[in-house]
Amino acid sequence: MEPKLFAAIPVIILLPAIGGKRWGDRFAAVVTNAAVFSSFGVSLYAWWYLRNDVEGMVYLYKLYPFLKTDLLNIGLDFRFDRLSAVMCLVVTGVSSLIHLYSTGYMKGDRSYARFFSHLNMFVFFMLLLVLGANLVVMFAGWEGVGLSSYLLIGFWYEDMEKAVAGKKAFVVNRIGDFGFLLGMLMLLMYNHGSVDFFALERFANSGMPPVANELNMTVICLLLFLGAVGKSAQIPLYVWLPDAMAGPTPVSALIHAATMVTAGVYMVARLSFLFVHAPIAMAVVAGVGATTALFAATIGLAQTDIKKVLAYSTVSLFGYMFLAVGAGAFASGMFHLTTHAFFKACLFLGAGSVIHALHHQQDIRRMGGLARKMPVTHITFLISTLAIAGIPPLSGFFSKDEILTSAFLASTPFPTAFKVFWAFGAAGAFLTAFYMMRLYWLTFRGTPRDAHAHEHAHESPWSMGTALVLLAAAATVAGVLGLPGEGHLFSKWLAPVVGKYTLEPHHASHLLHWALIGLSVAIGAAGLIAGWLIYRSGPDGVAARIAASTGPMYRLVAGKYFIDELYGLIVVRPLKAVAAFSYKVVDKIFIDLLGVNVPAWAVKGIGVLPRMFHDGNLRTYMLAVVVGVLCLWVVL
Amino acid sequence: MMSATPLSWYLLLSFAIFSIGLLGLLIRRNLVVMLMAMELMLNGANLALVAYARFRGDEAGQVMAFFVMALAAAEAAIGLALVLAIYKHFKTLDVDRISRLNG
Repeated sequence: MEPKLFAAIPVIILLPAIGGKRWGDRFAAVVTNAAVFSSFGVSLYAWWYLRNDVEGMVYLYKLYPFLKTDLLNIGLDFRFDRLSAVMCLVVTGVSSLIHLYSTGYMKGDRSYARFFSHLNMFVFFMLLLVLGANLVVMFAGWEGVGLSSYLLIGFWYEDMEKAVAGKKAFVVNRIGDFGFLLGMLMLLMYNHGSVDFFALERFANSGMPPVANELNMTVICLLLFLGAVGKSAQIPLYVWLPDAMAGPTPVSALIHAATMVTAGVYMVARLSFLFVHAPIAMAVVAGVGATTALFAATIGLAQTDIKKVLAYSTVSLFGYMFLAVGAGAFASGMFHLTTHAFFKACLFLGAGSVIHALHHQQDIRRMGGLARKMPVTHITFLISTLAIAGIPPLSGFFSKDEILTSAFLASTPFPTAFKVFWAFGAAGAFLTAFYMMRLYWLTFRGTPRDAHAHEHAHESPWSMGTALVLLAAAATVAGVLGLPGEGHLFSKWLAPVVGKYTLEPHHASHLLHWALIGLSVAIGAAGLIAGWLIYRSGPDGVAARIAASTGPMYRLVAGKYFIDELYGLIVVRPLKAVAAFSYKVVDKIFIDLLGVNVPAWAVKGIGVLPRMFHDGNLRTYMLAVVVGVLCLWVVL
Repeated sequence: MMSATPLSWYLLLSFAIFSIGLLGLLIRRNLVVMLMAMELMLNGANLALVAYARFRGDEAGQVMAFFVMALAAAEAAIGLALVLAIYKHFKTLDVDRISRLNG
């Protein structure tokens, strides 16, 4: 189908590029909010237009031929199709609500305008990533969101710990970005200098030699997946995300839960036509996803910082999305991405509301009993907790259940492995429900454990409440988009983009389907009940006894498996040793001493004699002139 | 109206004035005095120019003397301005103490 030109696309992207860090507070808030809300409006318009167009229509906007040589053909092109439309709506929609929320949350901050200008810069780059029509534009957005994320994690840069967290996120992401870059360069090489998605799709379906060679495709896909692992915080590069919680809470909600971290899943779905040609890479994607889902969920069990729990939960839930796309169920992955954006943003904003009310108290052991003080936050948090735990009819149930079913029934050369991945996912689902119940109960129910903070707690302003309510509403009803079976609007919508590449799951009887659904619900409910039983008496009752009785294991989990320490030992320390060597030997001795100082000393030594003539005394110079003239006179 | 005074007398006087100026420039340490000494040197040269012009009947030397005078006036104006600026900066006019160029 011939793509159509569509002029609204650059408007969507460029609107959020408005911002200024020296603006006045009120002006900055109004302008940036208006920019993002308008961008959402234009996205809705474009979506509506696309919906009423021929099925599978793609809108292209070729802004500028960026590189056009014999070897390379890369344009600054944007592409609005059914997949990018979904991402576009999620990004602009959630950002609009989070912008609204931030006007309340950041009130009184010294750098209010800077916050909004950086937040808008992030939205701009995210839209560039989502709407790019080739890998290069996507990569530009990919790097841009990394930069914005760095700036916003270290937003309160006077605090050394926060500045360091920003740096960690940036450096860890670089590793992934390197993989992305290498994968892209390989594609450029094989595909005659074009990485346009149309060209790539044709190339992937052509069955030409480089494609037929499965090893090449596997290498390319794994390199690209390394990029996704970095951006979407999967094992082994997930370590930056929990530390990224140092940023302001709206940032955690927007960048580190709802949008930027989805880039990896989006990329795999976007390049589904490549990944289906590499079954091994697909299995790796699913395996990494399933392992991360379980692994991060166990860490989430023992965290005491409200935002850290949610951070590990995010890591874990992105594992599910990769499990889905790895199983070839791209639409399911995107569906979970969408519902997750709603309920996780809502959870983070709820956590932000609590932190705001308790004057930056983030330790759930010091909370408790906030339900009556903060009714709106409480109800929305509860809804999102139930959604993430997978309780029907909330959205999380539909999306997560779908992923587990598709993993169980995946048509793949490695069916046994996928059964194991399914078991990981199911276990992770139980743990998710458990730690979310723990988080909810310790925060909102029970008796207040910090009487003073509880006394002063207050419900947040309307701007924050509105965002919470709207997100909770979205988290409640979004499941309608993905009713199992024929009514699955979401996968129907995406069918023209990823439908061809979706691996049809093995046929299963109705009974098995219903059994899997029932099992999901039972797992979620069991997790919630277990959490309630253990934590209803606060952190010191049954919970403390269990923690004590499992001593070393509890410490291992609470210490996050000491992965950070391990990386410190095997990566950071050798690097520091190399740096110290470079500094003390290469720089100090070879460059400073032999390269610079010794020649300087030599020149200085040679200069000792001539320097004696230059004593700076005018009369000496004068005498020299006279003597010189006399000499000349005598000679001549 | 040729004068009885021979050329060599003029030249001797010119040489004496020039030498006094040169010695002053070499020996004195005050910048203002050095400027005055320089003025003497210029005038010594002028005298020689005029004397030669007179004795050789060539008016070019006279013209040259006028140029030297104009130049001396300009030199005095700029030189004194510089002296003033130097004084403001260093609070002294002693050239031995103004020796920033000392290697």
